Amino acid sequence: MGLPTGRLAVWWVIASEIVIFGGLLGSYIMYRLSHDAWAEQAAVTNTLAGAFNTFVLLTSSLSAVLAHRAAEQGDGRKAARMLYFTVLGGGVFLVVKSFEWGYEISHGYTLASNLFWSFYYTAAGLHALHVIAGMVIMLFVARTAARNEELQRVENIGLYWHFVDLVWIFLFPLLYIAK
Amino acid sequence: MSGHAAAHADHGHHHQSFFQKYLWSTDHKVIGMQYLFTGMLMALIGGFTVYVFRMQLAFPGESVPLWGTVTASDYNSLVTMHGSIMIFWVAMPVLIAAFGNFLIPLMLGCDDMVFPKLNRLSYQIFLISVLVILSSFFVPGGPFGGAWTAYPPLSADPAYNATPWGATLWLVAVALEFVAFLLGGINFVTTAMNSRAPGMKMFDVPIVIWMIVLASLVFMASVGPLIAGAVMLFFDQRLGTGFFDPAAGGDPVLWQHLFWFFGHPEVYVVLLPALGIVAEVMTTFSRKKLFAYKTVVFTAIATSIISFFVWAHHQFVAGIDPRMAGLFTVTTLIISVPIAEMMFVYIATLYGGSIRLTTAMLWALAFIAEFLIGGVTGIFLGAAGADVYFHDTYFVLAHFHYTFFPIAFIGTFAGLSYWFPKMFGRMMNETLGKIHFWGTVIGFNLIFIPLFLTGSGGDHRRIFDYSLFPELEYLQPLRILATVGLLILIAFQPVFIYNFINSMFRGKVAEANPWRANTLEWVAPSPPPHGNFAEMPVVYRGPYEYSVEGRDEDYWPQNVPGDAPGEPAGQSAGQVA
Repeated sequence: MGLPTGRLAVWWVIASEIVIFGGLLGSYIMYRLSHDAWAEQAAVTNTLAGAFNTFVLLTSSLSAVLAHRAAEQGDGRKAARMLYFTVLGGGVFLVVKSFEWGYEISHGYTLASNLFWSFYYTAAGLHALHVIAGMVIMLFVARTAARNEELQRVENIGLYWHFVDLVWIFLFPLLYIAK
Repeated sequence: MSGHAAAHADHGHHHQSFFQKYLWSTDHKVIGMQYLFTGMLMALIGGFTVYVFRMQLAFPGESVPLWGTVTASDYNSLVTMHGSIMIFWVAMPVLIAAFGNFLIPLMLGCDDMVFPKLNRLSYQIFLISVLVILSSFFVPGGPFGGAWTAYPPLSADPAYNATPWGATLWLVAVALEFVAFLLGGINFVTTAMNSRAPGMKMFDVPIVIWMIVLASLVFMASVGPLIAGAVMLFFDQRLGTGFFDPAAGGDPVLWQHLFWFFGHPEVYVVLLPALGIVAEVMTTFSRKKLFAYKTVVFTAIATSIISFFVWAHHQFVAGIDPRMAGLFTVTTLIISVPIAEMMFVYIATLYGGSIRLTTAMLWALAFIAEFLIGGVTGIFLGAAGADVYFHDTYFVLAHFHYTFFPIAFIGTFAGLSYWFPKMFGRMMNETLGKIHFWGTVIGFNLIFIPLFLTGSGGDHRRIFDYSLFPELEYLQPLRILATVGLLILIAFQPVFIYNFINSMFRGKVAEANPWRANTLEWVAPSPPPHGNFAEMPVVYRGPYEYSVEGRDEDYWPQNVPGDAPGEPAGQSAGQVA
């Protein structure tokens, strides 16, 4: 096969993650179709904050791509810089998210208050865990990349980051926009 | 082949401590053995639980030796643990992880998995899951008692399952186990795609490797929704959500969908490796080319795909739409076609071969015979009309065991007796092997033929004491017969354990290729050292070139350079390490 081993494995990780999120979101969609009343609950979510976070994540994916390009050109230091920028994007995403959640929880919309909120926290929480995992791995990758070592890892973590991004592209309309 | 050089570089053959060598190893063979022995130990526990509850069913209310009186809640925990342990901690680790780890690099002709450290991590996570499930035996309320399918509300609410801690520990253990097998599966698939010996093309890969890789893919593609479901059920149990609670707007049937979307492909996840093992054993001991290699591969792929469209046949009585039931009846009956085709292929492989009835071959033949009974009775259950009557009776249970026992035990015993010389460098005792074979197969049939009858007679499977149902009293002799069968089955297992351990240390020393087989693992020394091959093999042909006309020997190893097809066979080609 043509694909390098590391990248191939990342694709298989993504494939198995897709079905995890697929099962969760599939369940959500099936419920949502039969629970019109959830629209009221969904109205509480802050679409503006969600849109801002979407923008932040997409931008961080851009810097992941730039890191990949730098790595391909053999410029490990620049790749590392771009990866740190991506990590920063993930950080901003999480900060905005925690303000949203803080607001919602303080207004009584908690995990157990209603099935919509159960899905909201479970799906977004699972996604946030993936963001955190991606950031941690990216810090390790950036450290070796800065020494111009293992540059192929830059692309691999980038693939994963795009996947995390893509999950959010599904979550945002499902949890925020659909009222 | 990039893995070869890199892996060799850090294989410095310096002295290793016991801990490094056996508990912290990244060697695929050691990890395979770790899975094998862990699985075998778990099988003893799974076997003990069935002994206790079958005794209760045959002699209700009487004290069971080694256990005491079985209470209703003990009974629930015991059946749940029997099912969970045998599937998740015996069949999965032994068939996929143990054989997969041991065989994939050896049969592909490489020195290790492409990610040895990931492999080690996979076993370590699996070991944690074992410890978690075992710890649930010692918490208040005992281990989970909501059946291995964990249907809510039974599994979601301790008021119903009476095992507040056991239920959560079960979920945690199962989730950890899934993570372990996802890591292992990614490793298997990547290794098979990227690390084959030079010259080994797609259709030169031995069937058992195809099967294990396909099984890993099926597992990878089906387990996700259940992982999501496990998170949801965990929140239902511990954090007061109501994903599966109708009172909160949830739906318990959703769990059944998530569970069986995994649960039915899971049958094929363990079936395929067993079929692969049987293919290897059968060709070697028929001294004949596997009939229709490509048909086997394509039917296995077809089975893998169709297995994703049959899950709701477990839910015919769960209140699903009858139109959906009709649809799933059709898909379920369709999946029996590729499986039947494989059975015919195996039988055709035997036809005209010079069959050697070694212990491994006996197991392989028994697999076909017993699994056929399981498959044929499945037709009744796949058809919605008949299933409404048979649902949740002992008929289902007997059908299930006629599929899973051949898979998890008969298939495993075939594989173990076949590869034992490679694993431990010594031969197993054939006489003891055959005694064990007959005792096990007779015992097994003695258990489950009566249970087909009790099930048809109306025995519901989740009853703890049938003396409360006087109208079913006439079935009691059959229940006792099944328990007697179980005791016979159990009585013959020490023969295997003795043979296994004794042969490991005192068996006849095995040469590299004692069965005169073609695949690459037999090129390596028995047992293979770290790094597997003294000289990395190169592949010239498919794995099943037995009894090729014009050759001196009746086998033709994959790595032996020979004549191009069509030319007269050379005499020098038959040399084997």
